[in-house]
Amino acid sequence: MTALAPPPVAVPSSKTGGRSRSVSWMVWPALLMFTAFGVVPLLGVLILSFTQWDGIGAINPAGLDNWQSVLTGPGLLHSIWVTFLVMALSWAFQTPMSLLLGVFLAARKRYRGFLAVLYFIPLLLSSAAIAITFSALLNPNFGLGTGLGFEWLNQDWLGQGNLALGVLVFVVSWQFIPFHSLIYQGAVRQIPTAMYEAAEIDGAGRVRKFFSITLPQLKYTIITSSTLMVVGSLTFFDLIFVLTAGGPGDATNVLALEMYKTGFMANLMGPASVIAVILVLFGLGLALLLRKLGGGGASDSQLEGA
Amino acid sequence: MERSPISRRTFLSLTAAAGAGAALAACGSSGPGTSSGTKAGSASYWFLTGQPGEGIRQAAAERFNKANPDTQIQFTAFENDAYKQKIKTAIGAGQAPTLIWGWGGGGLKSYVDAGQVEDLTPWFEQNAAIKDKLFPSSFGPATVNGKIYAMPCETVAPIILFYNKKVFNDVGVQPPKTWDDVMALVPKFNEKKIAPFSLAGKSRWTNMMWLEFMLDRIGGSQVFQNVFDGKKDAWSDPAVTEMLTKLLDLVKANGFNKGFSSVDAGANADQALLYTGKAAMMLHGAWTYGSMKNDGGDFVSKGNLGWIPFPTFAGGKGDPSDTVGNPGQYLSISSKATAEQKDIAKKYFTSGVLDEAETKAWINDGGSVPVVKGTEATLAASPDAEFLKFVYDTSVNAKVFAQSWDQALSPTAAEALLDNIAKLFQQQVTPAQWVANMNGVIGK
Repeated sequence: MTALAPPPVAVPSSKTGGRSRSVSWMVWPALLMFTAFGVVPLLGVLILSFTQWDGIGAINPAGLDNWQSVLTGPGLLHSIWVTFLVMALSWAFQTPMSLLLGVFLAARKRYRGFLAVLYFIPLLLSSAAIAITFSALLNPNFGLGTGLGFEWLNQDWLGQGNLALGVLVFVVSWQFIPFHSLIYQGAVRQIPTAMYEAAEIDGAGRVRKFFSITLPQLKYTIITSSTLMVVGSLTFFDLIFVLTAGGPGDATNVLALEMYKTGFMANLMGPASVIAVILVLFGLGLALLLRKLGGGGASDSQLEGA
Repeated sequence: MERSPISRRTFLSLTAAAGAGAALAACGSSGPGTSSGTKAGSASYWFLTGQPGEGIRQAAAERFNKANPDTQIQFTAFENDAYKQKIKTAIGAGQAPTLIWGWGGGGLKSYVDAGQVEDLTPWFEQNAAIKDKLFPSSFGPATVNGKIYAMPCETVAPIILFYNKKVFNDVGVQPPKTWDDVMALVPKFNEKKIAPFSLAGKSRWTNMMWLEFMLDRIGGSQVFQNVFDGKKDAWSDPAVTEMLTKLLDLVKANGFNKGFSSVDAGANADQALLYTGKAAMMLHGAWTYGSMKNDGGDFVSKGNLGWIPFPTFAGGKGDPSDTVGNPGQYLSISSKATAEQKDIAKKYFTSGVLDEAETKAWINDGGSVPVVKGTEATLAASPDAEFLKFVYDTSVNAKVFAQSWDQALSPTAAEALLDNIAKLFQQQVTPAQWVANMNGVIGK
């Protein structure tokens, strides 16, 4: 049972293949798309954040009024806190789970391949469908608890602040653990078997091999996966909107939801744009921070001989 | 207004959110004029999906098209929540349909302020017969600054206190007449593990119906009128604090079903609690009668559904005949439409909207009361005559038929209202904080 990692695929480090003409044109398709659908709307939102607009009538300049009202309002701090909680809790829950699953699935065993397909299913479902299903299952009157006759399952899952937040983190994790497991599975398969063989000769056990080889070798994968989780949970919207709509009260009112409610329900596009800009800044800051934490460029090679 | 006779599928509203976002991003490039797919010589018309209303709306438009081959109405149906976002975005982008279907009140006012809908006052003066055929009370939410901007259509839907007769018989109690009766009934039902009241609190406007009725009964209709008129600190009226305190007493006494704050009215789970006997009473719109009849098996047909006016309060200033709800639905004409399209729309107002066939369909298929005068005979002949008579009498005899708050107020104030109401039911804000928060958005 030493099949933790398969032999690595040798990647010949071919240089430029002999030709040295500039290939900078390759960046243009992506850059154009990104500018048209990323940068331009972003600038639009930035401009809107300094205006007063109800989404229907004329757009009037409003100076710093929106920024002032949003930054001093009680809603923003609460939403940032809730967003942070969702982010931190779902990271803390998802990372160990998907890491272990990823390592487990990396081994080339047929039954594990079968399980991998099963684990992957939640990722194929739409967030809205997942949310509707869970809210039906957790319905305090007609849900799973009543159906199966288990009294302890009959909690007010989505009706109490802390419980609702916990359920939310669970459902988010349930949906995204398969994706991160997949990333880890791929990364584990890249770890050279020679390392494990050497460790075995030195008498390392399975646990020791995991902590001394697998985990350090997965460092950059952990950073990649964490970045995706953290930045992803910042803009997490659809599942929360359907599952709790920010409730009960404002217990699960994350920033993205606050932005939607301000903009499209209260017709305050200016303040909603302020929240949007704050969201973007948070996202960029977190992504940069995680890159820094990784130390050096994440493009450093981890392969044999590097 | 966040209500319809239909089960609302929240996931569809996500499509709307995404669509709205895309439309917002593209708002610089939107062309003027009409919605895509509208041919010359035809007016576009968007309305809500969900039976029985959808079929009745569609049949009315089709009848009109058949009778007028040269002037066609192109209709498209949208799901309730999706429609609310889509229509706002479309109007903002100058892509509104010719006929704008809506709930009047604060939403209509925001269109009027942006100059997006036609003033229909002169038209109603020329066509007095049409104005006279409709309920006078239905014109309130269609009127902004003394001018009429929409034609009332479809049905009147007051909020009604429903109860399960079978549950009341089993427990051996009578329906409440006063608030003291209500508070006395609560422990009796709780003892039998039956929720006294069914409430779908996740939808927020469902909670609001309680506040509307209680404030009117305690303080009279003038209290909310002051808020509506934008008077400073209008929520500071002592009646508001009394209403909030009494409501919290009911919440604390477990007056509502367990986990009410996570129950969604869109799935009609609140109605299911009532007709399955898990709850004894439910405060809800008249439109739920039709869906309980559809979904509740023989609950309605066996006569187990009862209905009563909202209880009175000792020393309350409000008139017991006052009611709240939807005085009607509304059709406006987009000011961005071509002259030809506007003419078609007005022709539809004259000969299409609430014609004899549509009126009959609302009564017999829809189980509701159209906003047309003189339907007593048809109502009495309907299989739901008893209920329809109650709705008709409530609507016609009400001294004040107040429009639901979230529709009467501007979208900005309405969102703050719903947010604070949800927090109140969670006891996240005290009555004093509630009043302060709401005073902060008066007139916004």
